[in-house]
Amino acid sequence: MKYTIKKDPHEDERVQKIIEISGQNIFSCYQCGRCSSGCPMAEFMDVLPNQVFMFLQEGDVDTLLNAKTPWICAACFTCTVRCPVGLDLAAVMEAIRELQLRKNYDYVDPYKVEDREELPPIAMVSNFRKFTP
Amino acid sequence: MAMKRIGVFICHCGRNIAGTVDVKRVAEEIGKREDVAFSTTYVFMCSQPGQKLIEDSVKKYNLDGVVVANCSPTLHEKTMRNAAARAGLNPYRVEIANIREWAAWPHEDNPDAATRKAIRIINATIEKLKANASLEPIEVPVIRRALVIGGGVAGMQAALDIADSGIETILVEKEATIGGNMFRLSETFPTLDCPQCILTPKMNDVAAHPNIKLYTYSEVEDVEGFMGNFKVKIKKKATFVDWDKCTGCGECLRVCPAHADSEFDLKMAKRTSIYIANEQAVPLKALIDENSCIRLQFEKKVKEGKIKPKKNVKICSKCADVCEPNAIHFQNNEEIVEEEVGAIIVATGYEVMPAEAFPELGGKYPDVITSLQFERLLAPSGPTAGIPRRPSDGKVPESIAFVHCVGSRDPQNGVPYCSRICCMYTIKQAMLVKHAMHDAAVYDFYIDIRSNGKGYEEFYHRAKEEYGVNFIRGKVSKVYKVGDKYRVQGVDTLTGRIVEVDVDMVVLATAAKGSSTVKEIAKKLRIPYDEWGWLKETHLKLKPLETPVGGVFIAGAAQFIKDITDSVSQGSGAAAKVMALLSKPELEKEPLLAKVDPEICAGCGRCKDQCAYDAITIDPVRHVSVVNEALCEGCGACSANCPTTAIQVVNFKKGQVVRAIDVLAEVF
Repeated sequence: MKYTIKKDPHEDERVQKIIEISGQNIFSCYQCGRCSSGCPMAEFMDVLPNQVFMFLQEGDVDTLLNAKTPWICAACFTCTVRCPVGLDLAAVMEAIRELQLRKNYDYVDPYKVEDREELPPIAMVSNFRKFTP
Repeated sequence: MAMKRIGVFICHCGRNIAGTVDVKRVAEEIGKREDVAFSTTYVFMCSQPGQKLIEDSVKKYNLDGVVVANCSPTLHEKTMRNAAARAGLNPYRVEIANIREWAAWPHEDNPDAATRKAIRIINATIEKLKANASLEPIEVPVIRRALVIGGGVAGMQAALDIADSGIETILVEKEATIGGNMFRLSETFPTLDCPQCILTPKMNDVAAHPNIKLYTYSEVEDVEGFMGNFKVKIKKKATFVDWDKCTGCGECLRVCPAHADSEFDLKMAKRTSIYIANEQAVPLKALIDENSCIRLQFEKKVKEGKIKPKKNVKICSKCADVCEPNAIHFQNNEEIVEEEVGAIIVATGYEVMPAEAFPELGGKYPDVITSLQFERLLAPSGPTAGIPRRPSDGKVPESIAFVHCVGSRDPQNGVPYCSRICCMYTIKQAMLVKHAMHDAAVYDFYIDIRSNGKGYEEFYHRAKEEYGVNFIRGKVSKVYKVGDKYRVQGVDTLTGRIVEVDVDMVVLATAAKGSSTVKEIAKKLRIPYDEWGWLKETHLKLKPLETPVGGVFIAGAAQFIKDITDSVSQGSGAAAKVMALLSKPELEKEPLLAKVDPEICAGCGRCKDQCAYDAITIDPVRHVSVVNEALCEGCGACSANCPTTAIQVVNFKKGQVVRAIDVLAEVF
């Protein structure tokens, strides 16, 4: 795998957008890895939470938009509470989801959910809030 | 007369010794000896009650010798000797049997063998002790002057501190100005002070101090003598200018037609052939570089017979023509001066590996430079006035890559150690680039960020959070030219992929090494150094300023690469050591020295050849060896080489040593 940095990631528009939506300076992450080590969902993720920040710091938003991680994030805030530099990781994950959702992109199609009749209504509501515009 | 009433004290050292060695059994076994009057154990012999036990026992049992079985004599020999001396026993009648490092620690798995070995070690020590003589320390007079080699920040601090205490100090600097590497820097981490601003007051203090004698553009040629009494020859290199007359006006620099690379700007700029090291040089004096001066080269060739001058030929003397005080004489004014001093501080500093040593990282390209060179480009006083420009075309770079650990932490291609300051200065340089050119993209390739100092980690976070420096974790593998740019190929080990970026300039944080001149100076002073040119201290933790040669101390980066804070602290520390040494009218010296029996000595001179301290001479009249007690360190090299045992180290006589070995080897 190879990634070419085309321009200063600080100047990347989509990185700027994520910073704007989340209100977090993603460049203050210094890669200690505490978010990933404590994340209850990390074992199901394709990109670890700390790597999300490394991708952002390198201006590689495409990888993140195609990754499962932001959608697997349960927004439990364990990472946010633990981050030594006080980053709200859950907000950054939300911002990445937002970037995708604002393109009118449905991560989940409710009609394709099996046994949706059986699901508790609150699960469906949560699903709409998180996975659809 | 052999001792008959020996006291043996066996230390438990907590569980260090007693956990393996059966100390009670050892005490019983040793107590059976006829020459042992008293044998006991105690939990910590080095504690105050432990020392009291020695004092009381010496008096109570009228002991004429003491063996303390504990740790290495480097740690507590002095403690135990002092304890015995307080009870009136000559301290040289106390010997240490090292049963911790020699018996308890290496044989933890076999307590019985450790106990037997401890008994044997103590028996051998008793045999050696029995022939010990009572000795008195030797007194040596002291010259109350100090020499500091190296005029960097550590050397200047040391010289100022010593001079402030009223001791005359000589400061020798090989370059044409004092200030050292610190004076080359742009700004200092983590406070972003301007080094020129904070260092010039110190430099002026050095120049103006009534107790400091300053020799710049000079080198130590030869060192003779010993602690308290060194004779030093200093070579004042040829400047071809009379410094007593030179006012440092700089008129000559404006007319000189010949040029060479500037030493101060580390090849980042040219200077004229007659030059002043830098605008704030102390002393502010001009000197001529023999290798580039048109006139001096001409005269040299004429002298060598390579060219024959035509009559009435007018050879360049532009500088001398404009020199109002008539200071420029073109005469080789190299001179050797002699100084006598009592103590020496070596503060020769460091150098960095050249970029050319790393061709794979682009060291062959003009725009790939070392961090120290980049300091000059960032310095407001530097050739580019603080806005970095590419050495190749003078273009202001729009993107710069910094590479950490170039040669450092790389035993295969560089040095095995961490060069310690690179992380911080690279972060600082990245910040300064952002200061100078806000829109420049800065990439920082690191393996680890090592920010272990006051305010350092916060400094790193500032670079990350506020300055917009891009940090990428992974070593760069290669740098090559693509069009006008340099392609840096690295890796991001955090996301696990190769990373490529095109930049205008690459700065390599190359490994630091000891000054290239340090080896010669170390040889002259007979102090040890390692393969990277760092001077070796006596003990890394507890004697970091001392060397094995009495009266010679080390300070600053000469010992190992360190930042300004640590260099200044060490300079002051070494100064305190020198002041303590020179505050006494006479020095006491261990009397464990070589002694010649003139009845036996044949004057063959083999001992003289072996002596590393030049302590032995052959008396021309009696034709026997004579030992200079002030120079002798008691190493025993002479004794081992003497064919007739005429020269022996006191209290390490052949009979004593052989007897001890017999006991250790159980040859009874």
